[in-house]
Amino acid sequence: MDEPDAVPPEDEPALIHGSISSLSRGQLVVHPTRADYIDMVGLLYDDGYRMCVDLTGADYLMHLDRPLPAGVVPERFEVVVNLISTEMRRRIRVRVQLPEDDLTIPSIYRLHPGTEAMERETYDMFGIVFTDHPDMTRILMPDDWEGHPLRKDFGIGRIPVQFKGAPPAR
Amino acid sequence: MTIAETSEGAQELLPKARTAGVEYLREEGSVLRIPHLPEDVEQVPTGDDTMIINMGPQHPSTHGVLRVMMELQGETVLRCKPVMGYLHTGMEKTGEDLTYLQGPTNTTRMDYVSPLFNELVFSLATEKLLDIEIPPRATWIRMLMCELNRMSSQVLWLATNGMDLGAVSMMIYGFRERESILAFFEKVTGLRMNHNYIRPGGVAVDLPEGWRADVLAILEAFPERLDEYDTLLTGQPIWQERTQGVGVITTEECLALGVTGPILRSTGLDWDLRRDQPYLAYDQVDFDVIVGSYGDTFDRYAIRLNEIRESIKIVHQILDKMPQGDYRVQDKKVTPPPRHRIDESMEALIHHFKIFTEGFRVPEGEVYVAVESPRGELGCYMVSDGSAKPYRMHIRGPSFVNLQALPHMIRGALIADAVAVISTIDPIMGEVDR
Repeated sequence: MDEPDAVPPEDEPALIHGSISSLSRGQLVVHPTRADYIDMVGLLYDDGYRMCVDLTGADYLMHLDRPLPAGVVPERFEVVVNLISTEMRRRIRVRVQLPEDDLTIPSIYRLHPGTEAMERETYDMFGIVFTDHPDMTRILMPDDWEGHPLRKDFGIGRIPVQFKGAPPAR
Repeated sequence: MTIAETSEGAQELLPKARTAGVEYLREEGSVLRIPHLPEDVEQVPTGDDTMIINMGPQHPSTHGVLRVMMELQGETVLRCKPVMGYLHTGMEKTGEDLTYLQGPTNTTRMDYVSPLFNELVFSLATEKLLDIEIPPRATWIRMLMCELNRMSSQVLWLATNGMDLGAVSMMIYGFRERESILAFFEKVTGLRMNHNYIRPGGVAVDLPEGWRADVLAILEAFPERLDEYDTLLTGQPIWQERTQGVGVITTEECLALGVTGPILRSTGLDWDLRRDQPYLAYDQVDFDVIVGSYGDTFDRYAIRLNEIRESIKIVHQILDKMPQGDYRVQDKKVTPPPRHRIDESMEALIHHFKIFTEGFRVPEGEVYVAVESPRGELGCYMVSDGSAKPYRMHIRGPSFVNLQALPHMIRGALIADAVAVISTIDPIMGEVDR
């Protein structure tokens, strides 16, 4: 392979476009603040990361003390964006911390129109509101559903199962 | 535009400027090529000359699980919107409640046409978090099973696509070929689908006696059958008429929309994770990445047909190179002990009990692992908090993202072409809705 492969540079890069970065199991991760998020995605786009393959969220309610590089303030929610450069054959992951009391983040829909559905899914599952998104509605759950299922304080429903013909309890 | 309320509330099509970034793509300067574009499509229709219909049932996916709303003006599709969620069963939430050993039983049910890929991506993510190397034989068994699964998945696509476009005999042939591979899967894993065969640490069992002969029988039968399909479809004028120039998409649009797999390759960009970001042992086998040039439905058909030929080539190499040795990692904390050891060793019994009741603990961290499934990039984002269950398990389904390209590919086309375009995306709704 003559192109550089998926392995990021050997020395751990400390800053990418002014934001803290780290390596997670050898994978390049950058941690912009919410204010820098949209500029970061734009600058990475100019660097060649032109495809956004995945956008999702995570709720760290039960795991607030997770390992993060120094300087990143942990919050309850995270938005995780996976970008690919097909020319450099590289991936980069963007993790943005979101506080529980202000769950809004700018949408990257204008740069990556493919995130339209993914942002809707993240809104549906976590209640994270993407401002400037053209259609911030539920996508997988019914429109009248209450709550956001993938939050950690959203309980798993259980349905009592009735067994027909089972011997009665002694 | 006001649309009558449906029983499901506000499901109406949005104004055109909101249709999945079409306007933005245009502003960004990327060319949106629309086939058969009539003059008046550019104007948002205001009168009563348009009609909203729900497409289908045509493709097997549209039987109750995918709803495609279309706005028609005569025979022309002005806008469309895929409505999904009918098959949503909260599998990502379920995944948080299952141990890493139980995880593949859950993920395998997402993309039920290529279940082994889902198990593979879950296992690779877990192994990356655990930082373990699996034995070479396990790697090659995984590759063998995945390539066979790719063949069966592409054959099933040929079958359903043929049926959608009126070549009903293709459907019978496709299912016949798929059946031969599923019979082999049943022999190896015990099940035709939803195998739970690829597990963190390796595979569930070694290949059975006589597997080589079974695989060779499949490989011998296939090329002849593929030539039959060529005769049946590729050169057929009706088939060409129905597929060529239909549902055209460009590389720029694919990159903007995050579309991967055969749809991206049909536009001429050779992006295949097996070659570009090799996993398993794909860097040790020789194969070609099939690309198209027009980005239309015919190209996608030809790519999928020829990818079966490439898979046959890969499986032949796997047969030559299949190493001997363990089929799962010999780490007592991850792998259950062999059945006979439980009868004679107290420690083995304890390990067995611990693994199946508690599971094994995985160090803290987060990873994203992707493999090339028959439909595109299948990714798994996994977060571990150090316990025996994934803290967060997200599957990036290629069908989910590819389906969002439907409004672009279908816009301005004839309604008869919409059938071909829905089919060419190859949406597996279990994976879309998860």
